[in-house]
Amino acid sequence: MNRIDRRFAALKAAGRTGLIPFVTAGDPSPEHAVALMHALVGAGADLIELGVPFSDPMADGPVIQHASERAIAAGVGLADVLGWVAQFRQQDPDTPVVLMGYLNPVEIHGYVRFAQEAVQAGVDGALLVDCPLEESAVLAPLREAGLKQILLAAPTTAPERLAHLCKAAEGFLYYVSFAGITGAARLSTTDIAARVADIRSHASAPVAVGFGVRDAESAKAIAGFADAVVIGSALVERLAGATSAAEIAQRVQAFLAPIRTALDAR
Amino acid sequence: MPDIRDFHAYPDEHGRFGRFGGSYVAETLMAPLAELTEAYLRLREDPAFIAELDRDLTNYVGRPSPVYFAERLTKHVGGARILLKREDLNHTGAHKINNTVGQALVARHMGKTRIIAETGAGQHGVASATVAARLGLKCVVYMGAVDIERQKINVYRMKLLGAEVVPVTSGSKTLKDALNEAMRDWVTHVADTFYIIGTVAGPHPYPLMVRDFNAIVGREARAQLLEQYGRLPDALTACVGGGSNAMGLFHAFLNDRAVRIVGAEAAGLGLASGHHAASLAAGRPGVLHGNRTYVLCDDDGQITETHSISAGLDYPGVGPEHAFLKDAGRAEYVGVTDDEALEAFHLLCRTEGILPALESSHAVAQAIKLAREYPKDGLVLCNLSGRGDKDVHTIAAREGVEV
Repeated sequence: MNRIDRRFAALKAAGRTGLIPFVTAGDPSPEHAVALMHALVGAGADLIELGVPFSDPMADGPVIQHASERAIAAGVGLADVLGWVAQFRQQDPDTPVVLMGYLNPVEIHGYVRFAQEAVQAGVDGALLVDCPLEESAVLAPLREAGLKQILLAAPTTAPERLAHLCKAAEGFLYYVSFAGITGAARLSTTDIAARVADIRSHASAPVAVGFGVRDAESAKAIAGFADAVVIGSALVERLAGATSAAEIAQRVQAFLAPIRTALDAR
Repeated sequence: MPDIRDFHAYPDEHGRFGRFGGSYVAETLMAPLAELTEAYLRLREDPAFIAELDRDLTNYVGRPSPVYFAERLTKHVGGARILLKREDLNHTGAHKINNTVGQALVARHMGKTRIIAETGAGQHGVASATVAARLGLKCVVYMGAVDIERQKINVYRMKLLGAEVVPVTSGSKTLKDALNEAMRDWVTHVADTFYIIGTVAGPHPYPLMVRDFNAIVGREARAQLLEQYGRLPDALTACVGGGSNAMGLFHAFLNDRAVRIVGAEAAGLGLASGHHAASLAAGRPGVLHGNRTYVLCDDDGQITETHSISAGLDYPGVGPEHAFLKDAGRAEYVGVTDDEALEAFHLLCRTEGILPALESSHAVAQAIKLAREYPKDGLVLCNLSGRGDKDVHTIAAREGVEV
């Protein structure tokens, strides 16, 4: 059983909602990238979404775009990201890691080569934002190597398409809670709840909800009906400018701990 | 690549030109793209829509544009006859209006009330602001901060036309970043907003739709040559940034195998310098802005910053149909440097009294090279895609003249 499936099974058995933080790999500091991953787990993360920096992150808002720009300026590339996951795995064999990014860095690296190296490093899944189901034939080598294909569903996704997505989803289905970019601030909990219920009727995979989750309150509202909550921009924003491993760990703890508590208190 | 019998059969229903094109976008954009594809495929077969578009192209844009024999330029070069397809004479001064008139009609049929666009040189921004004003639609244009600085006149023109120009300060602050930003706007305001992409790139159906609306250039030119010269040209050329004017000229001739097709990309300071925007001549296949095509990127897959004296060619990708034509061997793509383009600019000014856009000057430079390869009774057809009034400040500054 894959780490992602194992983790969601354990969460379900314990009646807990998963916490999935997103960070851009190499931001705020390439030097402390691995320490940051451990800090996330220490603050209660159940799964880590690690962003692979890309120069043209079309689906992201300014916060994640700037994090990407900083990481690229610091020289971060796909090979670094895979190296950090491998280092992380030496101490943490259990926490699932999903790489999230755009197709071009993977395409240029080579799909087969990427799949082999990612599995070897201990990556569990990949979410390639600009590769919808219709174009996902190119990702066959990733699936064959055992990487879970994480798919997005959106409020605009048509019903028949949603059924296809739910069928093809592996690991978990990532529900984008509104039709915007990452980091924007609009969230109607009742609408999301209705959509997630609809997804559940089709999907066997767990459902994680993200885009627009900023704090304990918004996370808790979603925890009532989602298997996991994804928090990205708000965390990346909080981490920007931190320079030491201690400062990074302290900011992670201060930001994630109340969210963890709120999720567990539901 | 297998031999291709009919180039007009592309793209397929997924928007693929062979292995290029497609829809590489986030899930949030799949529904709006499906809605647009459905609407456009219906309208392009609808006689009432076609008649409406034809009326606008005739009465508002001023079509057909003439094919002009550049006699003194030809004499100066001493080769084949150089013919110019005068897209610079269109309303707003470039081929861009062919596409925006068409997409604005699609927007109106879809009930959208707000137009957004990205622009590099400002020509597409002006053309979008123009059609928005005419149809009474709100218009927001995204433009890189660097481009705003080098295309001040067009920025002011857009404002005069009632558009809001939003400076984009992320990334390289040029066309590619403006495109990212416009895409984000669209994702967020998709219910009332129509995104007019200005070139034959982006996700399906844009490469198809923008090519269709510009294909009138080649259809007219083909008929004009047959009527005036009794035959097809020996060679065609056009500048290629994203590639809309080139695709517009080339498309009608794709199945005329005897006609040589050459696209002129911006070689900037030279292909070897690394400071250029020649995605086809010097790039590699990749995925950018919703389609698979040739891109300029480093070994990590990061899109690299480009350079061209002309803002309209300063783009690290290119329309997927051009990538397809390159791989199929149907079209050649070559680089023209900043200096060559400037030389052609001055030459056309002095020999013909025509002030070309810096983008189009790349095509003129290539037409001059091609003319030298053919005998005097040969015919080289060059798309003069836009006029150069917008560029006089750039040229004056480069030559140390204060205007």
